Amino acid sequence: MVEQIIFYILTAIAIGSAAYVALSQQLVRSVFMFFVTLFAVAGLYVFALADFVALTQIVIYVGGVLVLLLFAFLLSSKDALNVIEKIPSGLLSANRFPALIIATVFFGLLAYTFYNIDFQNLNWIISAQANGNVKTVTDDTVRNIGVNLMSRYLLPLEMISILLMMALIGAAQIARKEPKIQ
Amino acid sequence: MIPLQHFLLIGAVLFSLGLFAVITRKNAIQILMGIELMINASILNMVAFGKYDKVDNTGQIFGLFIIILAAAAVAVALVIIMNLYKRAQTIDPNQTKSLRG
Repeated sequence: MVEQIIFYILTAIAIGSAAYVALSQQLVRSVFMFFVTLFAVAGLYVFALADFVALTQIVIYVGGVLVLLLFAFLLSSKDALNVIEKIPSGLLSANRFPALIIATVFFGLLAYTFYNIDFQNLNWIISAQANGNVKTVTDDTVRNIGVNLMSRYLLPLEMISILLMMALIGAAQIARKEPKIQ
Repeated sequence: MIPLQHFLLIGAVLFSLGLFAVITRKNAIQILMGIELMINASILNMVAFGKYDKVDNTGQIFGLFIIILAAAAVAVALVIIMNLYKRAQTIDPNQTKSLRG
């Protein structure tokens, strides 16, 4: 019972702050609200029994990505921050109406699909439950992730590490001061 | 236990909000934030389905991979945005219409 209450409180926080991020007119405030969204979503990961993913989310997203975003905000000038004030706030301006239609229809499609699928009777879920392949709260997922990363998913891990290195070197290369070629 | 549908519905709401942000925002950094919101929704789905895969743990491991890819994408995208600002003096995607070549 307590589990459900905490879960739905986290859900409300996540969706509310995400709505603020998507709708607010104030730029820096919406970046800070994004912190709240990421923390709440990390809490939801814990409820899906993925504590290591939740920790990684906090370390990488909140510690890395958001600090990078704030850094970019501070580097862009005052004019860039003032652009947002020129947006008229009516419903029909700034693509809001088509965006509202697209987002609502997409959400309706997804919700309709989820409503129609009977998840308890899907084949793979039934076989997972029959084989005892379902995670329980007391499982040690971190150890399992470590063993799997070094055995079964070794190739994707190496590929992703090379890709990360390429992306960071590329970012440093683009960010360099350009030689004069114009 | 919390039913799977609720996780998926929360993911759908977050994804739709991210989509809305991507379409309406006039600032490249905020568009990036909308994309991050959509990525988070997809990770939530991965992790929720990963509950039924205890031995292989595919959902959680690919959730980790998505987080790493998103971090790399943000690093590159922010550098591109800074360069765009240096060149065009704006980060509004509607106003940057010309290519160099």
